[in-house]
Amino acid sequence: MTLLRFYRSTIGKKLIMAVSGIIGIIFLILHMVGNLQIFVGPDRINDYARFLHGPAAEVVLAQRVVLVVALVLHVWMAWQLTRINRAARPQAYTRREPQVTTLASRTLRWGGVFLLVFIVLHILHFTTLDLDPTFVELDVFGNALKAFDSVWMVGFYTVAMLLLGFHLFHGIWSSGRTLGVSPPSRAPLQRRIALGLALIIAIGFAAVPLAVWFGVVP
Amino acid sequence: MNLTLRVWRQPGPSVPGRLERYEAADISPDMSFLEMLDVVNEQLAVAGQEPIAFDHDCREGICGMCSLMINGVAHGPMKGTATCQLHMRSFTDGDEILIEPFRAGAFPVLRDLCVDRTALDRVIQAGGFISARTGAAPDGNATPVAKVDADRAMDAAACIGCGACVAACPNGSASLFTAAKVSHLGLLPQGQPERLRRVLRMVDQMDQEGFGGCTLYGECMEACPKEISIDFITRMNGDYLRASLSAGEPRT
Ligand code: FES
Repeated sequence: MTLLRFYRSTIGKKLIMAVSGIIGIIFLILHMVGNLQIFVGPDRINDYARFLHGPAAEVVLAQRVVLVVALVLHVWMAWQLTRINRAARPQAYTRREPQVTTLASRTLRWGGVFLLVFIVLHILHFTTLDLDPTFVELDVFGNALKAFDSVWMVGFYTVAMLLLGFHLFHGIWSSGRTLGVSPPSRAPLQRRIALGLALIIAIGFAAVPLAVWFGVVP
Repeated sequence: MNLTLRVWRQPGPSVPGRLERYEAADISPDMSFLEMLDVVNEQLAVAGQEPIAFDHDCREGICGMCSLMINGVAHGPMKGTATCQLHMRSFTDGDEILIEPFRAGAFPVLRDLCVDRTALDRVIQAGGFISARTGAAPDGNATPVAKVDADRAMDAAACIGCGACVAACPNGSASLFTAAKVSHLGLLPQGQPERLRRVLRMVDQMDQEGFGGCTLYGECMEACPKEISIDFITRMNGDYLRASLSAGEPRT
């Protein structure tokens, strides 16, 4: 009963989005740290891949299950909330002038759809290796060099990371407020932590395709 | 000053409305926005036309009855001000001003610029009260309240229930209103017994009325004539989570 009531309420749905989003952020940080090992050298990152597929295989599997559940909940709640929110103003204004809406919050929904497409393609690309038959399993380094040889791929990944940065800039900040843990502030719209984290994650990820393209990888 | 108005005219709730153009001549910059509309209405009455219906009552920024989307901004361009306290000096001679009602599914248009905001009253009825026994006024210092709490409770209690937060929100959400009403009681000792039940019931009612959810755009806070902070939404969310985690709805 309590659970149903929670699930039905707009705040409950937002809380589900916040928690699933935070799970995603934790994963992103781990994923980014893994990726950045490419700058140490081919052996380092390929060893890491072998480690994930060997000794850590069960942890990785558990993590995948958690991530898929979190992603499904996140998208599903976003879908429901978008419908509720659209229905809440059946007749649009002739003119409405947003005063403080950020580009990040404006691109949240469509950016999210784009990121969902990106996630699917990225998994087909680097995890299942379906997108490019010349990819070699467990040779992450070689695959990355092949993938980011194309300006289109570099562009696609970079744009996705830009949108990810926007998504996180709003998401990190608002998840604290949705969970009710952000302390009262004199400037409630200020979001330094979210800005810092979003920048680190977006740049940390975009660094790999860009570095490969510009030939900075060892 | 001389102005051109484009005003939403709608004869009734189920009749479609449209924008009409009016000239407002010889307006003093010292008039309030509502006084400017009064002048236009007098001219309309003289010409035998229906005056523009708009909500107002105290005209001193405390009752929450006035509304209006003015050039796409709830309560017009002046921050922290209700439409009744907005003066024509905020505009310049020759301006064209677009005036629309507050729009939300939960705020049906009654006529022209008047909308039905009783949905907000029902949110309050759902839990915006305390069940302390009333009687003679208690001694002022009988229940000590920390200064910070008292101040924050007063900040939330400044809400006049005008609905500008709903009007300005891209989602048509009443979260700021509900949060203010949840918090001004929840911050005080007298509001503790029903604190968790209150937030559950008021949020349920808010959703049932068809308001949208909160995406934390921050537009509500900007539009609020009392500049109530979205910190109260954070607080309401925290209370809501606590209430949901507690076993069932606490009785009494
Ligand atoms: S008329 Fe009372 S607040 Fe504006």
